[in-house]
Amino acid sequence: MRSRARISLVILALAAGFFSPAALADIPQRVVSMNLCTDQLAMLIAAQGQLVSVSRLATDPRSSAMVNEAKGFVQNQGLAEEIYLMHPDLILAGSFTARASVDMLRRLGLRVETFEPAYSLDDVADRITQMGDALGRQDAAAQIVADYRAGLAGFQQQAGRRPRAALFSANGYTANDDTVAGQILIAAGFDNIAAEVGVTDTGVLPLEVLAMAAPEAVITSTPYPGASRSEDIMDHPVITALRAHSTSGSFSDADWVCGTPFVLRAIGSMVELRHSMRTP
Amino acid sequence: MMRLFAGLAGLVLALFCASLLIGPAGIGPVESLHALIWGGEGPMVLVMREIRLPRAILAVLIGGGLGLAGAAMQGYLRNPLADPGLIGVSGSAALGAVVALQTGLAAVAVLALPFAALAGAVVGMVLVLALAGPRGSSLTLILAGIAISALAGALTTLALNLSPNPFAASEIVFWMMGSLADRSMTHVWIALPLIVIGAGMLATLARGLDALTLGEDAAEAMGISLYRLRLTLILGTAAVVGASTAVAGAIGFVGLVVPHILRGFVGARPGALLWASTLGGALMLLTADIAVRVLLPARDLKLGVLTALVGAPLFLHLIYRTRREGQ
Repeated sequence: MRSRARISLVILALAAGFFSPAALADIPQRVVSMNLCTDQLAMLIAAQGQLVSVSRLATDPRSSAMVNEAKGFVQNQGLAEEIYLMHPDLILAGSFTARASVDMLRRLGLRVETFEPAYSLDDVADRITQMGDALGRQDAAAQIVADYRAGLAGFQQQAGRRPRAALFSANGYTANDDTVAGQILIAAGFDNIAAEVGVTDTGVLPLEVLAMAAPEAVITSTPYPGASRSEDIMDHPVITALRAHSTSGSFSDADWVCGTPFVLRAIGSMVELRHSMRTP
Repeated sequence: MMRLFAGLAGLVLALFCASLLIGPAGIGPVESLHALIWGGEGPMVLVMREIRLPRAILAVLIGGGLGLAGAAMQGYLRNPLADPGLIGVSGSAALGAVVALQTGLAAVAVLALPFAALAGAVVGMVLVLALAGPRGSSLTLILAGIAISALAGALTTLALNLSPNPFAASEIVFWMMGSLADRSMTHVWIALPLIVIGAGMLATLARGLDALTLGEDAAEAMGISLYRLRLTLILGTAAVVGASTAVAGAIGFVGLVVPHILRGFVGARPGALLWASTLGGALMLLTADIAVRVLLPARDLKLGVLTALVGAPLFLHLIYRTRREGQ
């Protein structure tokens, strides 16, 4: 019995070996991405000619870290109709990307790979690996993960005093330690006041609480053009006063919003900010 | 009458203090009032003077202004359904404010924002009065108001959707419902001059509105110029509603509810109702603004939600009564 089982195992192994070249045929040749973050991961990892189209946001310098690269691709608005007409054999979407469009594309029989947003710096590596698997580019992805981890390790060797910093963006939103933005702050050697004061379940840091916490650094988001009440709060006299009494920095969505290796750049800029602070 | 005045003023004062003491920062009442009055160093002064004080002041100014404008309009039209929010004046003011903000005009000159809102309010006011006619029958008044509100709302939404700022479109609800969250002394200085001037203009209408209760001919015989009265009403209301809406969005129903409740207390005299509604409006908005902070802190519940929850049932009741009287 045992020997027969062994033989069947061998046959199975042979079969697997025999069929593996056929798996190459599964490597997608026309890939369309419809989410800002999958756009950037795909542009980093895809082979020449494999990626056909990226979302419109990928060419917006305020949101995307890869504007120049994105210009070489067809732009899409994330609508099911236009994406279907591109005849993709793989569609990349975020797990929160236009659900209705994604569901329709699936009903039409297209293969859609969804990516969860990254919630931590570790998630970034996982997303890169997932993208490598989806595109059949495991080696390229492994190389990027290795570089990313090396870059991250470089930052983690820093020691010294950890100044208390606050992230503050439109409508008073902040980021706690369970987000990429919060972990960027920690990796750069800051302590996030969100952990200290307790942020509401909506992720809002009330202006009053921010003022009372008196952070040593206030890092605000870079406003978009055009007026909005949501971003008005960045010009509130309280923020102005906090900026005058502490170090102030700013961040833009481009390097911060997606779990891509560009978060290393964001950490780098925050490390610079920390070094620029006077020691009290 | 003096007792009503003292009672309302006392309540406004008490709620003003309560408004100053409520907030997410959780600082004690004694030290917070000390920081407010005596100042000093530290973040508590900042919280009291730059966050809570402007919020309480704006609630008084805007609530009082809306109450007064509602009472003046109802007195002039001799119609209890008139309210700047319901007849589209607030909506038109919001449109003016949004256009000033999105064209960048408001960034060039500080007073461009309230004056653009005022201009919007004047247009809305003139349209409503022209459509509703001099006596303003309830039906035409409400219909005109619906049409103007719908148009102003659609154009406001369009302007916000066209904005290059991704947050602007999500602020439609602010402009339609109103909020005092995170306002600063800057906003007080933007709104204060026009609200005070507008309120001053509306206050001069007391005698004219009292005379108007006897009919237009009798009022003219008593030396009231109806033309001047109408012009003062339009400009005064537009100034108050425009400046209020420019900083806090369109808050409805204050001008409807407050005069209705207080009318009985002042013997149905429209002149006396003006000051009573001013205090009553301040009271109502202070209450609403405290309630949004206590009920759902950190979620920025809009003031218009609460005022509508109180005001809309009353509005339905008034329509029902108007219909019955018409039969």
